[in-house]
Amino acid sequence: MIEVRRVYFTYPGGVEALRNINLAIGKGELVAIMGENGAGKTTLIKMFNGLLKPTKGCVVVDGVDTKETSVAELSRKVGIVFQNPEHQLFAETIEDEIAFALRNFGLPEGEIARRIDSILKFTGLEKYRGLSPFTLSGGEKKRLALASILVFDPDYLVLDEPTIGQDPEQKDRLLDFLLEVNRRGKTIVMVTHDVEFVAECKPRVILMRRGEIIADGPAEKILIDEELMRSTSLLPPQISLFASKLNLHRSGYALLNVDDAFKILLNFLRDECLC
Amino acid sequence: MLSFLEVFRFRRRDSPIHRMDPRVKALYVFVASIISIIYYSLTAMITIFISTIPLIAIAKVHREWIRSLRGALFLTSMIVVVNMFAGYLSGGLTLTVETVSYAFSMGLRFLTFTSIFSIFFLTTTPEDLSLALEKLKVPYDYCFAFTSAIRFVPDLALEIQTVIDAQRSRGLELEKGNIVRRIRNYIPILIPVFIRSFTRSIELAEAMEARGYGASEKRTSIYELNMKHSDYAIASFLLCILAISILLRVYANWY
Repeated sequence: MIEVRRVYFTYPGGVEALRNINLAIGKGELVAIMGENGAGKTTLIKMFNGLLKPTKGCVVVDGVDTKETSVAELSRKVGIVFQNPEHQLFAETIEDEIAFALRNFGLPEGEIARRIDSILKFTGLEKYRGLSPFTLSGGEKKRLALASILVFDPDYLVLDEPTIGQDPEQKDRLLDFLLEVNRRGKTIVMVTHDVEFVAECKPRVILMRRGEIIADGPAEKILIDEELMRSTSLLPPQISLFASKLNLHRSGYALLNVDDAFKILLNFLRDECLC
Repeated sequence: MLSFLEVFRFRRRDSPIHRMDPRVKALYVFVASIISIIYYSLTAMITIFISTIPLIAIAKVHREWIRSLRGALFLTSMIVVVNMFAGYLSGGLTLTVETVSYAFSMGLRFLTFTSIFSIFFLTTTPEDLSLALEKLKVPYDYCFAFTSAIRFVPDLALEIQTVIDAQRSRGLELEKGNIVRRIRNYIPILIPVFIRSFTRSIELAEAMEARGYGASEKRTSIYELNMKHSDYAIASFLLCILAISILLRVYANWY
């Protein structure tokens, strides 16, 4: 469990990025942190593996205060995939890139080789294994960055804007991929602006604005609240906006994506036909 | 970790010093530097150093100023130690009062330079700097290269920090191992930073060309530098000070 207790954070320049954040993320949860630019989302996730330490309050990961341990130690548990893969790719080959973290954590070479094989298969990067990371396309680099974290099997997988620069097909694959990882019992926390993507995975949604959490609840409740979403420069998913226009949400339905709409529409049509 | 890069970050403020014409400030740097070079006694150095403090106070940049002085402290102490050691060796293995005072004044000279240049760089916007360079007939390409280099320092610092964060999240421990190992630890930081810098400069060049950079021979600026009466007054005052200092040094043999 990641517990954030009454955390305040001020950057050395004097910018107050987090204010009184209270949060608990349990094992196996699927969480999306959303909010406008500069709301403090990235700052918050950097607290999870100790890259940033709270100015006030504390962050506790599986019972250990982040102030009392090293980033390297915490990273084995909390794997953060940064937004821009170009900030981390450096190795000569894709295999080496993936092996980097494993070598840092001191795993035996045999184990490293085995893990690389399986992660390359899992992410569909197998055919590139001997190539330089810099020959990959933007989307592939992003997947490689994800693979390089996923390979050390952290209990908590934290992703900063995972859908940026991915085409719709890749997004679909990423979605299946994250849901699969989540099914295997891993906690997934993603920071994103991509409302449609969140509407597809229906996680717990945490909304942030100006360094504070303004809402925390299931996607079905938060994403359809247009006023709340707009207050942090977001919009509900298109299907939800459409459903609002039809006053469907008031009748107790929460429509987030095409599948939801399809089911409800099908029911209506059936009722019509039966009558 | 990257606080030394903070020195280059310009923060917009408003004060009489900030509003002063950059050419007059450049003249100040020139005059003050000449004086600190031609004089060398401890008393003179202390006087010049103290004379920079009111300017810092008027410009309200004392926090940044202290930071740059702190950054210069290590080199300062090196200068003092080396000078003292050299004086000790050449003085027949004895330390005289003159040697010690000379060593300290050399160290103080370095701090004074830091202070003088801080006044200039902490209160002059990159745009003003570029305009001033243009007025001094420096070709615009060089002005632009210079000011954009300064302007990108904060971005670069941010980027280095992000890369460090990303690699630490993959278990990289920068402080681990012996000296060779520690240098090797920086490879995963340096490669992404270099590659990003190249990409960034190519992108910048393309974006500038797309906006017509270099299309016309003669550039005009929205803002023109204009010397105010106060600027002329200060410039004349500075030149007087310079003249008096040189006269005192040459004819009265003050040092």
